[in-house]
Amino acid sequence: MSAETRQVEETVDSILNSYQHDKSLLVSILQDLQAECNYLPKEGLTGVSEGLGIPLSQVYSVATFFKAFSLKPRGRHSIAVCLGTACHVRGAVRILEEVERELGINRGETTQDLKYTLETVNCVGACALGPIIIVDGEYSGQMKTDKVKPLLENYD
Amino acid sequence: MVRLTIDERELQAEEGATIFSVARDNNIYIPALCSNEAVAPYGACRLCLVEISSNGRRKLVASCLYPVEEGLVVKTNSERIVNNRRMIMELLLARCPNNKTIQDLARQLGIGETSFKLEDNQCILCALCVRACQEVVDVNAISLVNRGINREVAAPFYEPSDACIGCGSCAYICPVDAINFEDIGDTRYIKWPTSSMEFKLKKCKTCGNYWAPEKQLDYIIKKSNLAPNAFDNCPDCRD
Ligand code: SF4
Ligand code: FES
Ligand code: FES
Repeated sequence: MSAETRQVEETVDSILNSYQHDKSLLVSILQDLQAECNYLPKEGLTGVSEGLGIPLSQVYSVATFFKAFSLKPRGRHSIAVCLGTACHVRGAVRILEEVERELGINRGETTQDLKYTLETVNCVGACALGPIIIVDGEYSGQMKTDKVKPLLENYD
Repeated sequence: MVRLTIDERELQAEEGATIFSVARDNNIYIPALCSNEAVAPYGACRLCLVEISSNGRRKLVASCLYPVEEGLVVKTNSERIVNNRRMIMELLLARCPNNKTIQDLARQLGIGETSFKLEDNQCILCALCVRACQEVVDVNAISLVNRGINREVAAPFYEPSDACIGCGSCAYICPVDAINFEDIGDTRYIKWPTSSMEFKLKKCKTCGNYWAPEKQLDYIIKKSNLAPNAFDNCPDCRD
């Protein structure tokens, strides 16, 4: 067993304990697992299935249903570009394309060095500030294409 | 017992029965795809829509889910139903234009063409296979995964499933034959719409025929506490 696998197992154990192995809290348990590991590793899902006594097929069904869960490793920093209507009409697509070009990945993907994951969202309720880009939960409004690179340089 | 009317016929039915089962027991045809007596009703295909009136209000409900009640008046063929059913059938036909069962059913309902954009699926996502695997076989090998337009039947991680015993119940129950199932020589092949698995078949000690997946037999032996050699012979060669 690799060290990584063992670590995932320990994480699963402690999460399951903190929820008293309550089957009905599967979603919260997966959320915690994702928060710990940054994604839902395969051994993690198997561990949750065994620990809760829920068939793996059902755990997998839930894990693939919610957009908030990722079965692939995610980057250390998460970038979300808003494509809601208000941001859209103010050129959000150009911003998005600039981020894609800058990072060399498409929306929905993660950079090879696991530094960034790029996603799109549809309106975050701050339309007046659009176009908006959110990095690790921090909002930057009135984005321009030439502000993308300097913004990304703030993160390592 | 409750009394109700379906298409002007006065009927009596067991409390708790669904409109669909009462209709079927009385030879009243309601088209349906996702209901099967072997598993609990689910309400996925919406083809079994009927119109009910109670307390002067009329509404469309899925008959496979709706329990009968005293004084219920049910119509299975009103104009409103026919229109809605046409829409549902057209959507199914657009999803699975090359599926024989869907084509036949559409034709039977008088629908030749669909006005929606054609896709090329075989599966209607009724989950009968998943439900049979769960409720009848109690193995839970497959589930519906992803969501929205990416939803499909699969085993976890799209990999050969440890849990699956190769019994073929999913293929058997699928209402539109979207799952292929074949025994060739000493191997059983099961093909779901997006993945497949192979199973080694057991050879009968007496006649030498391959007759059932070893994994399935092991599962039954374990579950029913049978002797390890309980299935050495096929049913034909057992005394
Ligand atoms: S494979 Fe068949 S039984 Fe399973 S969900 Fe699709 S149509 Fe239904
Ligand atoms: S559209 Fe981007 S915040 Fe509303
Ligand atoms: S048979 Fe009722 S919804 Fe499919």
